[in-house]
Amino acid sequence: MAQAELRKGQAQRPLSPHLQIYRWTWTMAMSVLHRVTGAALYLGTAILAYWLVAMASGPEAYASAQWLIGSWFGILVLFGYTWALMHHMLGGLRHFIWDFGRGFGDEQRFLLAKATLAGSAALTILIWVVALVAR
Amino acid sequence: MAEHRFDNGKSMRTPMARAKGLGASGGGTEHFWRQRVSAVANALLVLPVVIIVAMIAGRPQAEAVAIVSHPFAAILLALFVVSIAYHMRLGMQIIIEDYVHGKGAKVAALIANTFFAVLVGAASLFAILKIGFSPLF
Repeated sequence: MAQAELRKGQAQRPLSPHLQIYRWTWTMAMSVLHRVTGAALYLGTAILAYWLVAMASGPEAYASAQWLIGSWFGILVLFGYTWALMHHMLGGLRHFIWDFGRGFGDEQRFLLAKATLAGSAALTILIWVVALVAR
Repeated sequence: MAEHRFDNGKSMRTPMARAKGLGASGGGTEHFWRQRVSAVANALLVLPVVIIVAMIAGRPQAEAVAIVSHPFAAILLALFVVSIAYHMRLGMQIIIEDYVHGKGAKVAALIANTFFAVLVGAASLFAILKIGFSPLF
């Protein structure tokens, strides 16, 4: 009986190839990054909520939130959060272009994908430089 | 549309279901549309919010409160936290539906997703309003 030889959780039906089979392309990488940055921002909103609640709670609560966020780890997370925010925003704008039926050409797709990454890196650095210089 | 399906007119859908055009999800394009509308709001709000947060960064609590309690800043921040909480609930729902296949686990994850988004949104909104109204009391 073939049925008896089936191990638990083993799929016997033909499965379509998944991520690890395909050669990575710019469009595929940016698609994955859009989802990953979205999920990261999802978790990151808890930090935003914590920061705002601490601010509303009083000077002591805010001081400890500042100590946590101002630590080298906090700064690292905040820098990553800035990049994720910019990348997800530009990825979203790319989706808007596609929603209007544009930007699907062979070269356009890859140009948009590369612009998303270059743009998010540039915007992140710009924000941090401006924020630090304006201080 | 049913007439373009490969089973050629053998659809199990009722004429009413076809007329409504809401598909298997029962929601049609509603989820997609809400995701896009909230995305437009997020894109418009993100720059002012980044500027406000950068202005606050590194200042003591009293100065931070002074900035956030300005109606302009408070309204922008309030709109932003509501919009992102709504948008992220929609987005995480798609991720859960893609990767969580067990029915019980999926329902549990979807409920947890809603709870998390509402918690983050409500807590942030309350904090902004409390700070915003604080100079009045």
